[in-house]
Parts: sequence; structure tokens; C-alpha cells
Amino acid sequence: MHLQLGWRNIWRNPRRTTVIMIAVVIGVWSMIFMGAFHRGMINQMVQNGIATLTGHIQVHFKGYRDDPAIEKSMAEPKVVQAVLEKHVPPGARWTARVRVSAVASNARHSGGVTLVGIDPAREAQVSFIGEAVTQGHYLGPDDEYGIVVGEALVEKFETKLGRKLVLMSQDTDRELASRAFRIVGIFRAEMEATEKQFVFVTLTAAQRMLKLEKGISEFCIVLPDRHEVDEVADNLRAALPPSKYEVHNWRDLLPLVDAYLSLFDTFIYIWFLVVFIAMGFGIVNTTLMAVFERIREFGLLKALGMKPWWIIRGVLTESFLLLVMGMAAGNILGLVTIFALSGSGIDLSAFAAGAEWAGISRVIYPVIHAKDVTIANLVVFILGLLVSIYPAAKAARFTPVEALAHT
Amino acid sequence: MSIVECVDIKKTYDQGKVEVEALRGVSLSIDTGGFMALAGPSGSGKTTMLNIMGGLDSPDSGSVVVDEHHYDQMNQSELASLRLHKVGFVFQAYNLIPVLSALENVEFVMLLQGVPQAERRERAETILNDVGLKGMYDRRPAELSGGQQQRVAVARAIVSNPAIVLADEPTANLDSKTGQGLLEMMREMNEKRSVTFVFSTHDQMVMDYARRLVQLRDGLIVDDRVKET
Repeated sequence: MHLQLGWRNIWRNPRRTTVIMIAVVIGVWSMIFMGAFHRGMINQMVQNGIATLTGHIQVHFKGYRDDPAIEKSMAEPKVVQAVLEKHVPPGARWTARVRVSAVASNARHSGGVTLVGIDPAREAQVSFIGEAVTQGHYLGPDDEYGIVVGEALVEKFETKLGRKLVLMSQDTDRELASRAFRIVGIFRAEMEATEKQFVFVTLTAAQRMLKLEKGISEFCIVLPDRHEVDEVADNLRAALPPSKYEVHNWRDLLPLVDAYLSLFDTFIYIWFLVVFIAMGFGIVNTTLMAVFERIREFGLLKALGMKPWWIIRGVLTESFLLLVMGMAAGNILGLVTIFALSGSGIDLSAFAAGAEWAGISRVIYPVIHAKDVTIANLVVFILGLLVSIYPAAKAARFTPVEALAHT
Repeated sequence: MSIVECVDIKKTYDQGKVEVEALRGVSLSIDTGGFMALAGPSGSGKTTMLNIMGGLDSPDSGSVVVDEHHYDQMNQSELASLRLHKVGFVFQAYNLIPVLSALENVEFVMLLQGVPQAERRERAETILNDVGLKGMYDRRPAELSGGQQQRVAVARAIVSNPAIVLADEPTANLDSKTGQGLLEMMREMNEKRSVTFVFSTHDQMVMDYARRLVQLRDGLIVDDRVKET
């Protein structure tokens, strides 16, 4: 009957109950949805980072990361290839690249780019570029003068498919090296900055242009399971001479994403708390109003022999019911919203410039984590009951004589 | 045998700058099975006396013993427990729980006492039948007349077989016919179930029904007479 009494009491003022329930629903919904949105965002930041040439692990010549100059290339890549073939797990993919800073120019414009020399077949299995070409075609193994550039670069340079693009960089003799390429493919990437930054030529074309012979800037490895990264990286470190090579995992290579990941849980919980504080004021206010409207009734209950603790329990039961109903509706709404957006994602194209600055994709696909949903519900439930103790204690403190005389 | 024993009860209320002496040394003994009215004009102290006998308020001095329980030796929790098991209340404004039906209002006290559901239901239905509310079990207070609500209040007060029922001006909000019906019913309960009733009232009809009439004035008993039956 206690539950029944609580249930009927909360519906004595349906409008007030509806208003506070809406507050709880919106609060829970926003916690779940924003949690999933941020999870999706961070997941895509990691995926984009890994797919945009970073991979899970990279091997460089020692000192390359501090000074990515052409002289810091690996002159004997076969040593590394042999180690990779022996130590990467089955299902892993890897490729070799030449990567240098260069200046791209055509008749109208010029600008800094990163020249990436790739093995087209292997690269397609490791990074985004294999599936990113939207116009023209991807590089073939013998595309000696072909170049694949991003849509944004094409737009910036006011050029198009089939036009020439001249690349200039420093070769191994520290002389200016230049070569004219013809645009054979145009790619589209998650982020506009990627389209403007990277231009792709074949590995042999890059090596010839830069007089690298067989030299390689980096090996990039993608593992079947991201969680094996540390173990594989350690094995590679142990197998390669440390005086010549250095091995980095994606966390080392994407420090901003790594830092964001570390802070992410804290951000989410702070968000939960902020939402709850707003909701908590509503809960306290509503419960207090309900208590003060029923002072005589609490006086009666005490006169009948109800102990203060029983009255506290009664008021908390009402809050419990409100919270459970609000949470149920908020969860359903949150899950439905996430499900509805999981296919098409949330298009942030309108904010592309700002989003890119923060390394965020144009389209965010929310990702729901049971842990986030559980914590959001626990925050609302436990803190909701805790803040209800204050009005409940108020109700329990009324003396029967004063309360019964209350009009 | 006395069910209530009050000795030299004094109570003063502090109302801002004014102190009001509600009771100035009242001693009263009430026998088991009594049907007694505390009468007097407004401010004579009858409600204060009722509240003190019910353990809702405490005297400044003097002692109260109800069914061998000494109030001055009990804390608030023990007093609440005593009210739950030994004292029934009937208020002028009925004071039923508005969201509960007549049957549930009567059951509620037994629920607090921990009486099993089936027994609660049976006892509540029996008592509602006894007070003339058969077939009105599921009606909520708003769906009952004043007299019917007060009958539910009486049923609630006596359903748990208390040692004493304290009724504070129970007929004040009722018309005379309804009030008379209620008094008839309470006297029947008194005779049938040997429940001790104490009323505070300034209603002549209640005084006429009472077997013992105690008159209060300015916080003192000025008359105490038992009527011949």
C-alpha cells in the first residue's frame, strides 16, 4: 500500500508531476545522448587518426619524429620488412611510405603539402586512400607521373582532373628536386584539412624524385585488434636495433587524441553532474511544494502513530516513482534518438571549419556504451533520492499539533 | 478501573509577547469503557487536554498515564508507537487521507501496525459495516458526505481496538441530524466494543449523549458529573 499511496500522491497534481517528469526525461535523455555523441566523436577521432596514415604502429629511422627530414629516412628497409614479417600477428597489414614536406604549384597557385609516396596495393589496405578516390582513379603500380590529390586542394588550386601539378622538395643531396605530375584521381576525406594537406604519388616516383633509391620514411602497421598495439610494438622494439629505429604506437603519434581520450570520462561525468544539478533543483522544489501542500496530512500521519522515518520513506517513495518513470522515458527516448541517428549520423558540415579545428569528423555517429547509460541512470537515481531527503526530512519534522492546526 | 489518569496538568502557550495558560492544574481520571465529554467554551483548554491525553502535546508539569503507560517516561518514538496501538483519534475536520478509499483509510492504521493484509481487509470491512458504510468501501473521501467521512474516521480510530478514542469536536462540521447519527453510532461502538470515548465539545447534543460530562473553564475543571442511566 505504501507504493500505491506514493503513486496516488504524485498524481494529486498531474501538471506538477508532468513538469518535473519532463525535466527528468530531458535530463536523462541529454546525458545518454550527449554521452553517445561524445563517444561517437572520440571514436571517429581515433578511427580517422588511425586511418589518415597514422595506423596503429609506425616504424621510423631514429630521430625522424623530432626532425622529419629526408636524411632521416631508412636506407635499408629490408631489415625492417623482415622483422615485420616475423613479428606482426596474422591478419595485420603494413606498408612502406615516403613522406616529405613539399611545395605544390600550378599556373595559378602554390602551397605547402605533404608528399606521400605509397605502394598503391599495400596502402589501400592500411589507410583511407584506397577507398577515398571519388573522381578519376586510384594510383596504379606503374603510375610514374600520376598524382592523387584532395577535393579541397583541387578547389584551392582551381585545377581539375588531368591537369598538371608540380611538386618541389629537398632531395637527399640537399638540392631542390621537382617533378611534374598529372592529376589522375581526386579523393575526399573525413576532414577538409586532410584533403588540403596530403598528395599521393607512387613510392617509386617519390623515391626517384627525391633520389632516395630504396629509402623509406616510415612503415605503417594496422593490426586486426587495436588492443594488441602495445604488445606488438614492444616486440618490434625488441627486434629492431634501437640505435637505428624507433617504434611508436598511435597514442604516441596522436597525442591530442590520446589526451582527449584520457580526459573524456571526466568530461562526461562533469556533464552528467551539471545536468543533474539543474534537474536536482527541480526535484527539490517540486518535492518541497508537495510537502508544504500536505502539512496537515503529515500531522495526521504522525498523530496516527507514524514514526518520522516512515514519513521520510513515504516522501522518498514518491521521489523514487517520479525518478523511475522519468528515467524509463528518458532512456527510451535517448536510445530511440541514438538508434535513429546511428544510420545517417549527425551532420556537422555547417560547422566544418570549427569541427575540423578540433579534429572532429563532419558526420558524427553516436556510439552507446552500457557504462555511460548505467552511470547516467545511477547519477539521476542516487542523487535524485539524496536531494529528496531534504524535503522528506522537513515533512518528518512537523509536530502533529502544529501541523494539524495548519490551514 | 482507570484507563486514563491525569494529575495536575499545567500547560502554557507562548504566543509572542503573551503567555496563555491553557491548563492550570487539571486532574482527571477516566474509567475503561467511559463515554465522556470535555465541554467548555473556546479557549477553555479542552483541545489541549485531549492533545496531552493523546500524546500529541506534552504538559509543562503534571503526569499522564494511559493504559499504564507513563508519558513522562516515554520518548517521541515510544509515544508514536503508543498512539498507533492504544489511542484512536477523530478530528473535527475528518482528516482522512484523500488519495485512499474508505476501506484503505481504515486499513492504513493496521498497515502501520503490521497486521497481515487478509486480516486487515476483513477487519476494515467489518468495522465499516458496523458504522453503516457497507458498500462504500471504494469511495474516496471526496466522494463521501461529511457525516460519512466522519464515520470512516471513527472506524479508523476504533479498528485497531485502542484503549481510548479521543474525538475533538467530532460533530462540529455536521448538521444536527448527521451529528446525532454519528453519536448514536459511537455510543453503539462504546457499548458493543467497550471502547472508551472522550470528546471535546461545546455541542449540547454531544453533552446530552455523554454519560460523564466534565466542564472546563479557563484551564480548570469547574464541573464533573456522571449522569444517571
